[in-house]
Amino acid sequence: MAVRGTSVLTRIAQAIPVLFGVIVISFVLTRALPGDPAVQFAGIMATPETIEETRAKLGLDKPLPEQFMVYLGQLFQGDLGQSVSTGRPVLTELASRLPASLELTLSALLLSCLVAVPLGVLAATRPGSWIDQICRLLVTMGVSLPTFFTGVMLIYIFYYLLGVSPSPLGRLDFIYLDPPHVTGFFLIDAALDGDWETWFGALKQLILPAVTLALFTLAPIARMTRAAMLSALSSDYIRTARAAGLGSGRILYGYAFRNALLPVVTTLGMVFSFVLGANVLVEKVFAWPGIGSYAVEALIVSDYAAVQGFVLAMAFLFVFLNLVIDLAYSLIDPRFGTSGK
Amino acid sequence: MLSIKGLSVAFRTRNGEVNAVKGIDFELAKGERLGIVGESGSGKSVTSYALMRILDAGGQIKAGDAIYSGIDLRNASERDMRDIRGREISMIFQNPRAALNPIRKVGHQIEDVLRRHSRATRHNAKAKAIEALEAVKIRDAAARYEAYPFELSGGMCQRVVIALALACDPKLIIADEPTTGLDITTQKAVMDLVDDLVRARGMSSILITHDLGLASQYCDRIVVMKDGLIVEAGDPVTLFTDPQHAYTRKLVNATPRRTGSIRALLPESERTELAPHVVGQKPLIDVVNLAKTYQGKSGPVHAVKKISFTIHEGESVGLVGESGCGKSTTSSMLVRLLDATSGSIFYRGEDIASLPAASFARHPLRSKIQMVFQDATDSLNPRFTARQAIADPLYRLMGMRGDTVIKRTEELAEMTGFPAHLLDRFPHQLSGGQKARVGIARALATEPDFLILDEPTAALDVSIQALVLNLLADLRVRLGISYLFVSHDLNVVRLLCDHVIVMQNGAIVESGPVATVMETPQHAYTRELLSAAPQAPEREIA
Amino acid sequence: MNKIVSSASDAASVQVATANGPVTPAKSKSGAFAHLIYVLRENPVTGIAFAMFGILIFAAIFGPMIVPYDPLATDASSVLQPPSFAHWFGTDNLGRDVFSRVVVATRLDLVISVAAVALSFVIGSFLGAVAGYRGGWTDITLNRVLDTIMAFPLFVLAMGVVAALGNSVANIIYATAIINIPFYARLVRAEVNIRRNAGFTLAAKLSGNSDARILAFHIFPNALPPMMVQVSLNLGWAILNAAGLSFIGLGVRPPTPEWGIMVAEGANFIVSGEWWLALFPGLSLMIAVLTFNLMGDGLRDIVDPRRRT
Repeated sequence: MAVRGTSVLTRIAQAIPVLFGVIVISFVLTRALPGDPAVQFAGIMATPETIEETRAKLGLDKPLPEQFMVYLGQLFQGDLGQSVSTGRPVLTELASRLPASLELTLSALLLSCLVAVPLGVLAATRPGSWIDQICRLLVTMGVSLPTFFTGVMLIYIFYYLLGVSPSPLGRLDFIYLDPPHVTGFFLIDAALDGDWETWFGALKQLILPAVTLALFTLAPIARMTRAAMLSALSSDYIRTARAAGLGSGRILYGYAFRNALLPVVTTLGMVFSFVLGANVLVEKVFAWPGIGSYAVEALIVSDYAAVQGFVLAMAFLFVFLNLVIDLAYSLIDPRFGTSGK
Repeated sequence: MLSIKGLSVAFRTRNGEVNAVKGIDFELAKGERLGIVGESGSGKSVTSYALMRILDAGGQIKAGDAIYSGIDLRNASERDMRDIRGREISMIFQNPRAALNPIRKVGHQIEDVLRRHSRATRHNAKAKAIEALEAVKIRDAAARYEAYPFELSGGMCQRVVIALALACDPKLIIADEPTTGLDITTQKAVMDLVDDLVRARGMSSILITHDLGLASQYCDRIVVMKDGLIVEAGDPVTLFTDPQHAYTRKLVNATPRRTGSIRALLPESERTELAPHVVGQKPLIDVVNLAKTYQGKSGPVHAVKKISFTIHEGESVGLVGESGCGKSTTSSMLVRLLDATSGSIFYRGEDIASLPAASFARHPLRSKIQMVFQDATDSLNPRFTARQAIADPLYRLMGMRGDTVIKRTEELAEMTGFPAHLLDRFPHQLSGGQKARVGIARALATEPDFLILDEPTAALDVSIQALVLNLLADLRVRLGISYLFVSHDLNVVRLLCDHVIVMQNGAIVESGPVATVMETPQHAYTRELLSAAPQAPEREIA
Repeated sequence: MNKIVSSASDAASVQVATANGPVTPAKSKSGAFAHLIYVLRENPVTGIAFAMFGILIFAAIFGPMIVPYDPLATDASSVLQPPSFAHWFGTDNLGRDVFSRVVVATRLDLVISVAAVALSFVIGSFLGAVAGYRGGWTDITLNRVLDTIMAFPLFVLAMGVVAALGNSVANIIYATAIINIPFYARLVRAEVNIRRNAGFTLAAKLSGNSDARILAFHIFPNALPPMMVQVSLNLGWAILNAAGLSFIGLGVRPPTPEWGIMVAEGANFIVSGEWWLALFPGLSLMIAVLTFNLMGDGLRDIVDPRRRT
């Protein structure tokens, strides 16, 4: 276990230069944004002098490396700048909208894992059966469908044609009040408050976007589970277990599945990358007030601090998620960090 | 206790049905040790898999009976088979580390088997597992119980696999090539262990192997298989001294032994005259204080510790040792793929060790020293035809172009017995022996003086090995080249080499003319190696 | 190290290639073209995928010449018409023929994805090959750079790059290329690493090949089959990426016909029931991506000499 402990610490330490690189890249990217922020901040009635004043006040007249050091300093104090369009600190904006995105993403991932993993396992243990064909069909279709298209089509079918879904206008219909803020997750907060009407309202709004996102992540998870399970089932140690008479329950779940989990957990890392991107699209389709739609609006008006903050926040979130995945991996695989891998 | 009658096994493949076993009969009595010997494709492993009913999805018993103590193995339900496996009949496989669940402690894996067959409860499972580990002579069993497979050596893993197989006291154990890939001394230790346990517990055993010598040492009776059929059966001594079937004779001849010449490996009809090769007086290669040290995780690792030896013109020197002794590192340095840490390698007086390996590829001396690799499959580029593989050094080192290349390629193919009409095939379309010939032809393309052969026949069937060894003997007479023959098999080295060097832990422990070393070994390790080699019964030289 | 024959393929291949007999497969003199035909026939899915690809290429090249209506021509009198004989896919909110727009958009989407993937393939393979072969600092540096790129959710990074560089087709191509480089670099690096100490690499050194020659002519061609699969997946993904960017307003600008923009415009009308504006471009996207995904295995088989019997 000591080896694993130090390996985990090494992983964390390795993430630091990556985070630094992320900060550099996002700084460079957003300094290259079109539009002059000094002009924007100075306002419509600005004269060239006031624009220069604003520029100096924002520190935009200093050379780039110096601007970067200032920026770093601000970051360490948690200052991500002001949003041009709303005037509020970017950090506050992001923090207030993050729970919405997380609730959507996490429910979608949970949903897709609950479907994809058993599907993949069943497909691997019954090769050639109808379940296997369905799995393969789902996988091929799933990676071909554009997320925004599925979202739009689902709205058409369930809202327009069948009328079962509420109109796609955000997290909660206007007849409900937001539940008292504890975590920011409506489902959790409403349950904690005992307000079941609001709970159902939130759930109804969440279903369609979550399913859209889940359909997107279903395919790679199912594909990897199936492949990993097939590979595990045909390996030498399964042959030994069978030759020793171990029953199919033990062999299947104990030995093969745990080994198959390893590449699946690694795939989850990649899936997270895609899902955080697809999040942006789904939030736009369903008018979900998360950080994705915030970023899209900010991009259109060249609100550079907001975009910078968004990119940075997403990257940090992603690095953090990958660390969590590495941690989960180290719990399953005792070879983690040793040369035995 | 086991009776097989008319057993046929077939596989469904994309190209139709393939018959792996075509109707075989044999019996096994209680306490008897049977050996099933055959080369690749003979169906020997498939037979045992069929018995245990653990064939691949496409495999099926087409005909015949397999009766074990009155139980019909062919028609038993899967549930009954699961009870039989592990408790009545057990199996151990080759490649022991891969045979264990990599993410589960070995002790727990043994417990799983014990509890499955109700030989232990939750409370005493751990104790019984440790007992099982002690039965296979694992020291410090309680600590090993907690180990994962990646923390154990190959030999240790094989012991664990044996412990797993014997945990529930089965009556029959099937060992499918259990020692392939293990060092010769480890091989002896493992086989002796299994033999002792089988005898002590009054079990029957089936040993499946390609090594007739190994089977003759550890089995009461041997069955020889070829192409899915049994060609002969009998006790080892009779098989060796008086084989009836032509194939058995071929196998017996091809098994390298303590005595006999290299031509004796071949079938009688093919034993042409072999002229003696000439060993010159002048040294070709002079190795002086050659050393190689790596930076390991816990300090420096001395892979090769200041060794010195000489190879004369036309001489064949054998380099023998087990894995980790430094022989591969030495041969890599000699062929200049690896830089030495210190020391010299003189080729006709010029120190080539001082020339860096990274730039040696374009040096004029590159063509003089060449190598034949162990695994012919790995050493041939899958995208190159045989012709392209052989021609590559002709283009790069000999500066040949056009028709000259074609002519020389065909010349080399003919010299190594490679059929010219196969020159445009890819490696995956060639057999093991054919690939070995391509490797040799390529190495000879640049007319080297010195050829390093790194276990060139280790991956080949024994009858093909006989052909390749004879080819090498013919070539050195014809071309006058020197060999450094690296091997773990002393019997093979004896057949081909004039002089032998024994290495252990990076140092040379013994060196001398091959006859002297083999008959009167001075060093304890040499003696250990000699006694570990499987002893086949000697037959009279025909 | 004899192989254990416990499976059919082992038995079959060993029986075919015996030591003494010559190997006589059915197609001993198959040239490259004959092999291509063989691959297409062997797996019907591959054949279908290539056929679909042919249709896409046809639409991309000849589309603008053969469509019935000018994709940019508006017609205020036939706005939001459902599919009919006159307008197969209906008309949009400006009276433009959806069918013509969908077909013409093929060219743009294909060009974007092929260009982006080609760029990332070349750059990524080169970097990965050098890093995989050299090891050491080159390898470590490349890994850090790749880690940093992959530390961003890739679509988000593409958003950032296009936003920074400006809304143009060229920038979408660059952005898509940048986020795809890590896949190739990692794949090639791994494949080169595996083969760096393989027997045939060492044999090539013994045959007098310099390091550069070995990398280019011996190792890299062997990495091609798995890369083909990656290429096909990336082609599909590049289209989705470009369409996604257009969907949120980055990238291609209206009135240029592009599948992503068309779905975005169509999304506004879905809630009022005009489904055809979004469905047809969306389906085209799906078909294009599906085609590329299905082609992957076929491409790999064509390039892999081991598939030749």
